[in-house]
Amino acid sequence: MYKILLRQDLVPDIHLFKVEAPAVARKAQPGQFIVIKIDEKGERIPLTVADWDEQEGSITIIFMEVGATTHRLAQLKGGDFVENFVGPLGVPTHIDKFGTVVCVAGGFAVAPIKPIARALKQAGNRVISIMGARNKNLLFWEDELRSASDQLIVTTDDGSYARKGLVTEPLQELLESEKIDRVIAIGPSLMMKFCAKTTEPFGVKTFVSLNPIMVDGTGMCGCCRVSVGGETKFACVDGPDFDGHQVDWDLLMARQRIYLKEEKCALEQWQAQAGHHS
Amino acid sequence: MAKLNLNREPMPRQDPKVRGRNFNEVALGYTPEQAQAEASRCIQCPKRPCAEGCPVGVDIPGFIKALQDGNMPEAVKILKSKNSLPGICGRVCPQEMQCEAKCSLAKKGAPIAIGRLERFVADWERTNQEALDAPAPLPQSTGKQVAVVGSGPAGLTVAADLAKLGHRVTIFEALHVAGGVLMYGIPEFRLPKGIVQNEVNYVTSLGVELKLDSVIGKISTVDELLDSDYQAVFLGTGAGLPMFLNIPGENLNGIYSANEFLTRVNLMKGYRFPEYDTPVKVGRKVAVVGGGNVAMDSARCALRLGADEVYIVYRRSEAEMPARREEVENAQEEGIQFKLLTNPKRLLGDKENWVTGIECYKMELGEPDASGRRRPVTVPGSEFVIDVDVVIIALGTTPNPLIASTTKGLETTGRGTVVADAETGKTVKPGVWAGGDIVTGAATVISAMGAGKQAAAAIDAYLKES
Repeated sequence: MYKILLRQDLVPDIHLFKVEAPAVARKAQPGQFIVIKIDEKGERIPLTVADWDEQEGSITIIFMEVGATTHRLAQLKGGDFVENFVGPLGVPTHIDKFGTVVCVAGGFAVAPIKPIARALKQAGNRVISIMGARNKNLLFWEDELRSASDQLIVTTDDGSYARKGLVTEPLQELLESEKIDRVIAIGPSLMMKFCAKTTEPFGVKTFVSLNPIMVDGTGMCGCCRVSVGGETKFACVDGPDFDGHQVDWDLLMARQRIYLKEEKCALEQWQAQAGHHS
Repeated sequence: MAKLNLNREPMPRQDPKVRGRNFNEVALGYTPEQAQAEASRCIQCPKRPCAEGCPVGVDIPGFIKALQDGNMPEAVKILKSKNSLPGICGRVCPQEMQCEAKCSLAKKGAPIAIGRLERFVADWERTNQEALDAPAPLPQSTGKQVAVVGSGPAGLTVAADLAKLGHRVTIFEALHVAGGVLMYGIPEFRLPKGIVQNEVNYVTSLGVELKLDSVIGKISTVDELLDSDYQAVFLGTGAGLPMFLNIPGENLNGIYSANEFLTRVNLMKGYRFPEYDTPVKVGRKVAVVGGGNVAMDSARCALRLGADEVYIVYRRSEAEMPARREEVENAQEEGIQFKLLTNPKRLLGDKENWVTGIECYKMELGEPDASGRRRPVTVPGSEFVIDVDVVIIALGTTPNPLIASTTKGLETTGRGTVVADAETGKTVKPGVWAGGDIVTGAATVISAMGAGKQAAAAIDAYLKES
């Protein structure tokens, strides 16, 4: 059992948990993920680490309420426990001194981007971060990402806060105006795909963190297979970071839809039960 | 002398029509009368060939004698002194190739049903705890500590044997329950998960500490274990990496590795979705590619989930199938259709990326190959399509590279297996032993247990010297 030391509601549907997992906290690195399972009947879901504190023995995760499991997770409070918490899994993001690096975060991916930006800055890079959300109410960790970066650009799709537009627009401008040595883009698959499309003509290496469906997260099942450069890779052990210009995005997005029907069924069942109890 | 009885007591089983739609155990187990009748066939021959056929050295005539005498506690004691997991072995060991193959009666008729009797004793023990003597007190601690990586059959056996010798043992398990392939691979209807957990509990009752959710290579490396509290490490991480066909269309939706399919069904209890959160696709027409026990398990799970038609697609003929005869027969009885001498060429899909068919070649058998089995040869121009909506690839597994890639000084083969001494399990790295599928590639539960037993003896000798 793993104790939730702290819960914060960042925006109405996006929550932060600090989970007591000292063995994981000792080894966590930027870009890695954990697998969490709420209880005996729960499913195993991967979440990228948003932060860790070796001293405190904690891992910070951030999740959005999307399906039955994340809704169920959102019912837990500080002091509650989750049954399983495994990590740190996956290959850490490659951190080196590249020069100028642009970190792009779409939606709640500001969570995984922050430790990457921080590590890149510590490694001596000039880090320009771009964070975007659909609207002002979905933005969080602006100050956190600003302090992890040398420069921060914020966008909202509807213009309700900061710059109106998609993250690819300031990305395009940066690529046109100065020499960018590397781009790291994390967020919904479509957003990552378009970030990769934006950087491709400029020949700037672009790494993305793929989020296919997983079960064990240790290379055992092959559920998370993705095609990169024409080769099948397991995102859980070969990734989750891959060269965004080599990823077969259509396949990734098709495979993310495998359980749409079941996910809907589970969510409806959960909502019916939750409604019944309240 | 009484006349030899050459016919074995049949095993009561669920009716094929009924069991094809439930996940309850297929073989129901002997009644005490049936067990007595079967045990009484044993002639207690002085040569004891059966015991030689047991990889963990169970005193088979001894426990059968106790059964003949009606002394159940004695039968339990004899069995468990060598085998910590009898409820598991009695169900999934290929006895027909081991102890039963060597039985003196096998020359003239049916050998003693040793596996079924083993199961009977194990099941009796589980339900008659009060009739047993209090367990022997734990031995005095030697002060030595051993880390066991993986809680499958090899790891559980090593851990139990070393704990019985007074060493402190910690098992590190990557998944959220102990048992390895016994939990995620072998289905409930062949090996109930309650039986596995009961035997895991026996191992922890010996003082073995179990750390779940612990991926060695991630939270600690083997070298870090050796540099901290542990004088020896046993690697029993199995062969967990699924092999694919490497043909076009293999990443279509609806195509599973057997590992994924069985993990969703067995470990995550996907057959009880949505009560359990993990979904699994219930196909209407399901093809399982492969001819081993894992293929049979996958096919029979797909049927039980509610598929209309389930096919085994295998490139050789029935005679070459690596699956146990009994499992092939069970599958056939349940209505699994065998498409033999059939080899997939490519997988076909629709515009939504869902699999719709397998294009296959017809095969014919040619000259024997390196495995001694006749090599399947493609019949030119024989392509045909099987309509399917779910495909399960059960071609075998190789060891997960995580341990080898994070441990300095281990020797591995081209197949990804760890090189270890066949008698002792000792690897070339000091203080590190290995056994089970990580050394042999995918094999049987009992061979992993045999390797665990040998390694435990070798580790004990090493700890006594150090």
